[in-house]
Amino acid sequence: MSTSTDRPDPEATTLALSRDGRPVSDRGDTVCVIGAGASGLTAVKNLKEHGFGVDCYERETGVGGAWNWRHDRSPVYASTHLISSRPFTQFPDFPMPDSWPDYPHHSRLLAYFERYADHFDLRSHIWFGTEVIRVEPVEGDRWDVTTRSTGGYGPERTSRYAAVVVANGHNWSPKLPDYEGLAEFRGEVMHASSYKDPAQLRGKRVLVVGAGNTGCDIAVEAAQQASHCWHSTRRGYWYAPKYVLGRPADQVNDTLLALRVPLRVRQWLYHWTLRLTVGDLTRFGLPKPDHRVYETHPIANSQLVYHVGHGAITPVPDVARFGPYGVELTDGRQLEPELVVFATGYLPRFEFLDPKVLGDDSGTGRPTLWLNAFAPGHPTLAVVGLLQPDSGVFTLSHWQAVLFARLLQLRRTRPERASAFAAATQARAGERYSGQVKESSRHWFEVGHADYLRALQRALDTLENK
Amino acid sequence: MSDVRIMRGREWARPVRPARREVLSATPELEEGRPPLLFVPGFGHGAWAFAEHWLGHAASRGFPAHAVSLRGHGGSEPAPEATLRAYVHDVVQVAAGLPRQTVLVGHGAGALVVAHALARYPARAAVLVAPVFGGWGTLGAALRRNPAGTLPAVVGGRLRLSRGQLFSRELPDADARRYAGRLGRAGRRAQWQLLTQTDPEPAVGAPSVLVLGSPDDRVVPTGALNRVARRYGSAPLLFPGMGHDLMLDARWREPIDALLDWLEKETIAR
Repeated sequence: MSTSTDRPDPEATTLALSRDGRPVSDRGDTVCVIGAGASGLTAVKNLKEHGFGVDCYERETGVGGAWNWRHDRSPVYASTHLISSRPFTQFPDFPMPDSWPDYPHHSRLLAYFERYADHFDLRSHIWFGTEVIRVEPVEGDRWDVTTRSTGGYGPERTSRYAAVVVANGHNWSPKLPDYEGLAEFRGEVMHASSYKDPAQLRGKRVLVVGAGNTGCDIAVEAAQQASHCWHSTRRGYWYAPKYVLGRPADQVNDTLLALRVPLRVRQWLYHWTLRLTVGDLTRFGLPKPDHRVYETHPIANSQLVYHVGHGAITPVPDVARFGPYGVELTDGRQLEPELVVFATGYLPRFEFLDPKVLGDDSGTGRPTLWLNAFAPGHPTLAVVGLLQPDSGVFTLSHWQAVLFARLLQLRRTRPERASAFAAATQARAGERYSGQVKESSRHWFEVGHADYLRALQRALDTLENK
Repeated sequence: MSDVRIMRGREWARPVRPARREVLSATPELEEGRPPLLFVPGFGHGAWAFAEHWLGHAASRGFPAHAVSLRGHGGSEPAPEATLRAYVHDVVQVAAGLPRQTVLVGHGAGALVVAHALARYPARAAVLVAPVFGGWGTLGAALRRNPAGTLPAVVGGRLRLSRGQLFSRELPDADARRYAGRLGRAGRRAQWQLLTQTDPEPAVGAPSVLVLGSPDDRVVPTGALNRVARRYGSAPLLFPGMGHDLMLDARWREPIDALLDWLEKETIAR
């Protein structure tokens, strides 16, 4: 087992040369994990539990990835709370304290990841302040991983690994919309990633663009802090309350899922529940949703409609173009905001990997993977956490990591099972795990948690075939 | 089929309601990096049963030792409607709240609770002391030995274990009386689940499991002890002449020393 004492030492273990002639330290059967956020940590823990040596590289100096507000790439803002309740958010084998609220604050989540790292003694496997700049496949399904100190200081170092887990997250590279005239706009423009504190909104006329969970949270804060808030959305959405029938809404939903109630019936029940509680949203000036519930990423926000009812938020349609002093909407209305916040989401990026490795031959930024994790032709590579579930993602990452660890074990003990898995990866890459979903550049990795976990269970059953 | 069950719809949709838990602890003066132990008492017993001798002894040998009272027992919140699942929840919560990967030690029906907890928490190792894994055989044995104390439990009343079942004759009568006086009762539903329960799911994280018991235990027949041990691929470690409550009986020092010796070997080997 790998511990802090057997970290790679280039002098002692140099065995091979990389393609461009630099020395490579051979790490034998050790597995490399990129990133020590939620998905990276669970990958380290589960690989270790299955008997593998693990080296994890983390560009920041702490664990928690996106959930660590000290990190410069962290998207969390002061008021970020979970939108899935505790049972759906925690790792399945390390529950959050039951004294915590149903929807904990982001600072609690960071404490949870730090405790996870300490409880399972993961920190001795993590190289902090080290970023991965290149990951290249070499013969024998092995990988050359080149790292250096974060910020580009210091020499590059290449190590050869038996397998690689990519867990670099997908909520750090802002997706900025391109509107006509945006460059000439004289007001302040920011992406939600740089929004940290409601003080940034205080006393201003604010336009929030985007109706994701972040956009709705910021609109609610602007309603309380800004002098006025416009909330621009492309279409109508279902604003689901965090509680229905006195219980966290996702727990009510999963009661139906556990009973295998069909989607149509669940949609009908949901529409009916919303009509009884939230009522008709068009009466508030919100557009009528052009889709049925469960067809876009769910928005869990009990407060948005409330503030619309107070008149503190004015719902408006999409932005058409920017002028030097104002914004023109698609319905021709003119607004004069001082601050525009783009809550338009993030795009996944894997700049250290050749896009072809992940099956993205045309360079569109959309990998083609099986189970959103396994790349055709690369049996020792897994992407963990590249999922946008209608629930918490950490449970899903955990089971992805377990599946990958068991696959690596079977490569040694039952190679024929592993090659059957590789064939399945080839055949089934690109499968989707949700019902019909409205197309968007960000929602291609949207999954339904129940559909996805059932698919993982089937993959695990076939792999182990006990 | 894989032995892993990923879909846990009921557990997600209806999480166990939290209850105040009593945890008694004894920690070594010098932190030596040893894994913490969590003792789980059986039905009717509370954390006090371990606080009597075993916690202090484990701490004196360098292991941080904790004992939890399952809800409805000892100093924990009363919970007459508690189920086996709620007990498992209590154990996993305490284990995950300790600073390092924990060794779970269950006694009596607490061993069954531990066996279930092992499927929900990757323990460092596990020890099952005089395990009561339930089933109709257990009921039969209990009815033969102590019909008057067992019959009420069948109809949802309290299970009364007699002093003769729990302790050997070596234990002074005053102590036996005092311990028996502190016994409480498990939830009605949990008692029934002991009879009708389904097998525990396989443990996660492949922990080593040690089974301890006594051939003279008048609650757990030797056959049942062997069956549990076989389940985990080993044979039970036996302490002849002791009663069911190995942690309270006169020679309590022998099983805990054997347990800690095994653990020292086990944790160095891994």
